[in-house]
Amino acid sequence: MIARLDIESLAIQRGDRILFAGLNASLAAGGAVALTGANGAGKTSLLRAVAGLIRPAAGRVRFFGTDGEIEAETARRRDCHLIGHQDGLKTNRLAREELFFQTRWSGGGDGAAVAAAEHLGLGRLLGLEVRMLSAGQRRSLGLARLIAAPRPLWLLDEPLASLDATRRTFFGEAMSRHLKGGGMIVAAVHDALPIAARVVEIGG
Amino acid sequence: MSPLWVLFRRELALAWGRGGGPLLALGFFAAASAMLPLAVGPSLARLAVVAGGVTWVSLVLASLLSLDRLFERDFEDGTLDLLILGPAPLEVVSGVKCLAQWLATGAPLALAAPLAAVALGAPLAAAPMIVAATALGGIAFAFVGGAGAALALASRRGGVLIAVIVLPLLAPPVIFGGAAVADFQTGLPWSASLALLAAYALAAAALMPFAMAGACRNAVS
Repeated sequence: MIARLDIESLAIQRGDRILFAGLNASLAAGGAVALTGANGAGKTSLLRAVAGLIRPAAGRVRFFGTDGEIEAETARRRDCHLIGHQDGLKTNRLAREELFFQTRWSGGGDGAAVAAAEHLGLGRLLGLEVRMLSAGQRRSLGLARLIAAPRPLWLLDEPLASLDATRRTFFGEAMSRHLKGGGMIVAAVHDALPIAARVVEIGG
Repeated sequence: MSPLWVLFRRELALAWGRGGGPLLALGFFAAASAMLPLAVGPSLARLAVVAGGVTWVSLVLASLLSLDRLFERDFEDGTLDLLILGPAPLEVVSGVKCLAQWLATGAPLALAAPLAAVALGAPLAAAPMIVAATALGGIAFAFVGGAGAALALASRRGGVLIAVIVLPLLAPPVIFGGAAVADFQTGLPWSASLALLAAYALAAAALMPFAMAGACRNAVS
């Protein structure tokens, strides 16, 4: 279980352009960071670098458990959720099938998946094909695996975009519970998060 | 339930539905085989000579049909990120995807191949050999084709790229498979060709997942 995340003098380059360099940040269990910055500042790239999908130009990301450093590959596969711009849902499959797959693949069970879906107000939609769902409903379905398959580090890219007020409240509660339970959240946002979070401005 | 079993079942369901799945491949295969007598004339003597070869050519083309979607959809809709952050290495995930692809298109084609070959004049006794050879060949097609599909990710007109990358690599299984079937029909020793075909299929299944995983990591970065 990750209990601390350290970002050490991280630099990220996309093509010829250096998005940012020398970024230091640390996050301990129960903490949340809100990444802000202009479009194209590198918020998404930072999240993807923490998840190991992008190789940084310099610096590194380290994960620590309660008893020492955890190998990054292990930490990412076992303890890390990434919610990107896309929800990873196949439009011609049932919402239930997609939710169960995402949850089981991330290490959760079907019962927890159904409970998470009901918590996010998706209970009656599970029998529909994903293409029948609205953008906000798809996003909620993508977020359900966070609750259903417990992993300590949540990397969220614009998690609240396209959610309605009710679902924002539901998901805000889920985030608070996650932090109270010793979880960590790094979220790229333009609007304020509904939880207390340290603001880190990227490319400022 | 093991995550890999869950992944396999999902991939199988997706491969079954992807662009018509086995029906598209079978339909294409049937159409290509049915065109042959129209092109070379109905003389059974002439057809029987080329039946085996044409069956193999049609098989290769049919199994390439739905390959370009193997990684592309997952790449476009963000599933690939989820798969990378899952419990199994991407090499294993790629292997599972190719296995599901083979089961959904390669295996039905292997069952259909003797029907087409016999209809074109191949002897009925050759049917078991044709099934064995095309099933093995199908494994090679799925894994080599999967590597082509992964390499073509994030490039425009990936479909063309897949054909260009993959077709030369599919020449050996066609040569070995075609030889095995032809030798079996003419009563010559066929086991060497079949063993070479099996070796090629196993090598593809063992090595190509590394190429696929590398190409996918490169595509998402």
